[in-house]
Amino acid sequence: MEIFNPNSNINFLGARKVSIAISAVLFVASLILILTRGLNYGLDFTGGVLVEAQYEQPVEIGAVREALETAGFDHALVQSVGGSKEVAIRLQPKGTEKDKADKIASDVLAALKAKRQDVSIKRTDFVGPQVGEELRSDGVIAVIFVIIGIMIYIGVRFEKRFAVAAIASEIHDTVLTVGFFALTQREFDITVLASVLSVVGYSINDKVVVFDRVRELFRASRKDTPEAVLNKAINSTLSRTIITSLFTGITMVALYLFGGPVMHGFALTMIIGIIIGTLSSIFFANPILLWLGVSKKDLMPVAKDEGELARRP
Amino acid sequence: MIDFPRWKYGLVVLVLLVGILYALPNLYRQQPAVQVSANRGATVDLALKEKVLGILQTKKIEFQDVELNGDRLLVRFANPEVQLLGSDALRTDLGEQYNVALNLASTVPHWLRAIGANAMPLGLDLQGGVHFLMEVDQKDVLEKQEARFVDDIRNALRDKGVRYQSVTRGAQGIVAVLRSEEDRRKAAGEIQRNVPEVTVADGAVSGDNYPLLVKVRPEKVREIAQNTIRQNVGTLRNRINALGVSEPIIQQQGETRIVVELPGVQDTAEAKKVLGATATLEYRAVDQSANPIEAERNGTVPPDSRLYHRRDGSPVVLKKKVIVTGDELVDATAMPDQQSGLPAVSVRLNATGGKKMLDFTTQNVGKPMAVVYIERIPEVKIVDGKELRTAKVKEEVISVANIQGVFGPRFQTTGLDSMKEAADLALFLKAGSLAAPVDIVEERVIGPSLGQDNIQKGIRAVLIGLLSVLFCAAIYYKLFGLVADIALFFNLVLLLAVLSMFQATLTMPGIAGIVLTLGMAIDANVLICERIREELRNGSTPLASIRAGYEKAWATILDANVTHLLAAFGLFSFGSGPIKGFAVTLAIGILTSMFTSVTVTHAITALLHGGRKLKSLSV
Repeated sequence: MEIFNPNSNINFLGARKVSIAISAVLFVASLILILTRGLNYGLDFTGGVLVEAQYEQPVEIGAVREALETAGFDHALVQSVGGSKEVAIRLQPKGTEKDKADKIASDVLAALKAKRQDVSIKRTDFVGPQVGEELRSDGVIAVIFVIIGIMIYIGVRFEKRFAVAAIASEIHDTVLTVGFFALTQREFDITVLASVLSVVGYSINDKVVVFDRVRELFRASRKDTPEAVLNKAINSTLSRTIITSLFTGITMVALYLFGGPVMHGFALTMIIGIIIGTLSSIFFANPILLWLGVSKKDLMPVAKDEGELARRP
Repeated sequence: MIDFPRWKYGLVVLVLLVGILYALPNLYRQQPAVQVSANRGATVDLALKEKVLGILQTKKIEFQDVELNGDRLLVRFANPEVQLLGSDALRTDLGEQYNVALNLASTVPHWLRAIGANAMPLGLDLQGGVHFLMEVDQKDVLEKQEARFVDDIRNALRDKGVRYQSVTRGAQGIVAVLRSEEDRRKAAGEIQRNVPEVTVADGAVSGDNYPLLVKVRPEKVREIAQNTIRQNVGTLRNRINALGVSEPIIQQQGETRIVVELPGVQDTAEAKKVLGATATLEYRAVDQSANPIEAERNGTVPPDSRLYHRRDGSPVVLKKKVIVTGDELVDATAMPDQQSGLPAVSVRLNATGGKKMLDFTTQNVGKPMAVVYIERIPEVKIVDGKELRTAKVKEEVISVANIQGVFGPRFQTTGLDSMKEAADLALFLKAGSLAAPVDIVEERVIGPSLGQDNIQKGIRAVLIGLLSVLFCAAIYYKLFGLVADIALFFNLVLLLAVLSMFQATLTMPGIAGIVLTLGMAIDANVLICERIREELRNGSTPLASIRAGYEKAWATILDANVTHLLAAFGLFSFGSGPIKGFAVTLAIGILTSMFTSVTVTHAITALLHGGRKLKSLSV
């Protein structure tokens, strides 16, 4: 079975002004969203208390909130998770109550029990504020570390322009993915951070495949213009780019649908990241490469005996 | 055979067989069980086994097996309900001498366990339990240590007749103020000689004040920090063992934190009480006039003495008067005795403690002295509607030794059976003297039903994800797709095998990593198949296409996977447990996928197409 025309010769780079413009707009919009609206950080990052309670009979969110307010928990955030019988309650203990923070979970249960007896605790989390703080900076450091590592590897294996184009697309993909979270205000927790880093891994994988073909075609072609070579490279890897994205996407959809609510954040981020990463491999990374002025002579294998020759009289 | 040497077939078959063998244990479900281990004075032996059998039979609790396993007794049950009944019955009837803990017993057959093949342990999110992240207050320990040095410096100066104005501890460290340049020089020398752990520097002179800035050496600070955390891990382990949790995890994380995971525990209050206990030490004289065995039997103890017990339960009568307390102990290190080479613990007391010890030993050479380790577990009881804070005190004699000669602040305890015993004693001595305040900075409780739920959903997600990719690949790439499917399946097997060999803990993020690995591992096959199709279109013969397809795709696969590995290492580098599990899974998955997607598929392809004249390929 084949979906793609093997001889397709779509002029992707012809539309580079449009595609780069769209990318730039989305990038800036994402940055603005992240900076202004910010992320809805999960408990792992903010610190605080999370209690997941399970009722035997369906329960109204309002009733839960009321029960908590009667007991003096004014700023409780109540959400339903997985149907009408389970609720998640998030609380932010004030700085001075540090000692009490780890007692809140049992107080919450008592408050809920006072109204309805059929409640039980499914899970509680308490994260101290300093832990969350550290996690956020560690996460940023990890992303930077990964990006630099990849840049060095591609710089050595390919050429510096490829490294720059790869990193530009990495940053583009990461910012857009995080931008999605700023836009939708979905909870950004530690598993989402892990999947953002996986998106970096996935997306770089995609770029490397196309770049590999670019290098191969440059070395093989005699007179094609860089634009033609890049177009050819995109076209000949197009089928692979899309099929792989579909296959990986399928597993992530399975994870989203069947892995339970714990996996939602992770799977969704991956799905978004795969879409962004695939599109940027086609419409962003290569135009950048062309714009940086990649050419045939940069990619010819370095003659191994050059040094040897230089030493001869 | 095309391009595929025979030894490589051998390698593929061997790796796959080993993979299957080591992944196999994960198919055996764990069985609810109860684990009985001995407390002080009790032993786990055949008699206990008979007793347990008796209890279970009289209470008519159905069990499957009772197994004596070294120092533990394992009772297996058919389901969790009976397990609970069983553990309750055993706990009440065996009494305090034994620890009874809920456990999940492995059902992996003996022949697999014999070759070291075991199932991956389940993380807390998959089996339920409590997770604590505790932070050790290093600053407090350092401050306490500095306070001790202040004491030592004062004593050293007083002893040598160096007149000083003050020795105090401030934000910048310790400051000793002298009255003249000459005194300052003398003081500096004395401090260096008597307290080698500090550095001395002159401060700015103002009027009659000649200050001396004393700082704890950085390497000593680091050593103190490392010791505190190690000590805390050690004492926590000891306390948790007493809780009777079957397989607790107590690990250092980073420089100041300790992770404690207690599978199966739901009641955090009880666990926290035990974790929050504080320890102290007391050196006491042994009362030789009393017979400890008789004292234990009829409770007759001289009025100025008390009955204590050792770890093994044997009684000791000690004097009520304390010689030295843990507050006066500066350091304790396990090391071989310099003359005999036998295991020993070298102890250092501060000046006050040293003086008391000197007074005591001068009069008591040849007599035994004991160390009592005291733990206070805070308890809050509600009496008449009021909170009543009490403490449960646990006292234990950790060492009894004869005083060989007169000594002051520095002495050695010998007569220990092994270096390990020496290390344990040193650990307890330090734990009782330098107890650092420990804060709980993170706490997670996962209910047992949630764990069950998570594991079921996780397995379902892996299977459905795998099946859908298998299905799509077979449709899209026909025969080559099926070959890739076999490889993908083996990738899962190998991944599980490697993770099981390392005994990596399986968690929800780990499962996400497995699913993601499966989704991305197929990429290598997509690359190969697309290349082969391209070569065919360009007019190459089928066999040449296969060869060129594998050759050309390999460079791309390598580059793509190395960059992906870099990302996995990045993930690994930021410490937190669950993310580490995810990163490890991802990294191992990338490596195994390179083997299965390239080498394994190549072997199968070569086997299918080799030695035949082909007109076309099913790709």
